[in-house]
Amino acid sequence: MKTNDLISLLAEDAPVRLRLGRRLAFALIGGTAVAAILLLSTVGMRPDLASAIETARVQSKFMVTLALAIAACGLVFHIGRPGISLKPWIFALVAAPLLLAAAILTELAVLPETSWHAAMMGRYARFCVFFIPLLALGPLAFFLLALRQGAPESPGIAGAVAGLAAGGIAASIYASHCPDDSPLFVAVWYTTAIVIVTAIGGLIGSRLLRW
Amino acid sequence: MSYSTREEEWADWMRAAMSGDAQAYHRFLSAVTPYLRAMAKRRCDQFGAPASEAEDVVQEVLIAVHLKRGSWDAARPIGPWLSTIVRNKLIDSLRRRGRHVTVPIEDVIATLEAEERADNLDRLDVDHMLEKLKDPQRDIVRSISIEGTSVRQTAERLKMSEGAVRVALHRALKSLAALYRSETREDE
Repeated sequence: MKTNDLISLLAEDAPVRLRLGRRLAFALIGGTAVAAILLLSTVGMRPDLASAIETARVQSKFMVTLALAIAACGLVFHIGRPGISLKPWIFALVAAPLLLAAAILTELAVLPETSWHAAMMGRYARFCVFFIPLLALGPLAFFLLALRQGAPESPGIAGAVAGLAAGGIAASIYASHCPDDSPLFVAVWYTTAIVIVTAIGGLIGSRLLRW
Repeated sequence: MSYSTREEEWADWMRAAMSGDAQAYHRFLSAVTPYLRAMAKRRCDQFGAPASEAEDVVQEVLIAVHLKRGSWDAARPIGPWLSTIVRNKLIDSLRRRGRHVTVPIEDVIATLEAEERADNLDRLDVDHMLEKLKDPQRDIVRSISIEGTSVRQTAERLKMSEGAVRVALHRALKSLAALYRSETREDE
């Protein structure tokens, strides 16, 4: 086949049905909806959420998970686009750990040393590490499928970023159920859960997102 | 023509293409190809690889640009997007052919900015890959590319709807890209 023939062939397939940005937006909405429905139809939100949300610990839990979700989603929306700088979003990712560090310092200052360990272990650590990745599967699948239309420089990193964003979304949703409010708990168990999702995303992405 | 006017022209064509203008898309691909060829040739010369191999690389890069065009944000300049795709695919394609290279992005930009040169080589791995496609994909690709028939004529001949032919064509192009990825890796 001559190159000119190939060009004629490609030209016949000119229209783009759904651009990357649109696909990712659908993935974000769809994935978040799936995760929210999964939570609501199983364990549900904590019954005391309305009063709990007024406490600094619960607020900081939501702030940390939402900061992560927003920054990582911003990265997902740009990582499949060649020639665009990712720097602002990489910097934005730092917000979540900083917020968490501030919350931990406050917790350590307020809480007597004898109860640090109990606060860190919480009551439902195992369930947290199991359920956040489960909630993340929907958003992760949606993001990965949408990113197949993109052209990420490194497929593995793009997959990991999709996992991080899915983990952030799942953690934000799980926080509405989770009765363990200590930042020490969040730092250990939420982080573990999100690292698991990130690793899964990286593994799948390194295969699925090759182009 | 300066690079910036050319870049704007390419962007206009690509915008039109993405909303379905096949002619504009044809102009875009034809305009970009000589630059891709110059880059691929330079790399192949470096390894003493035959010119036909450079043309294979050009075609593979064209297919990548095609399949990834939805990742261009039409509100942004097309140059950085194109250079990055081309560079990554160029490295990838040469590497899978056993040529380990690095292609600085500056080189790609410099070539895109240089004056145009025209020549038209042919021959291809694609023919070899084509054999691996299933019908009706293979038939459709042959008919449109080599015999130069339109989608409508192809649809009539195969007693398919135009939409079905378009879908099959799109899938065929995706399969071709996947075949390249799996096939040429044996060289490593």
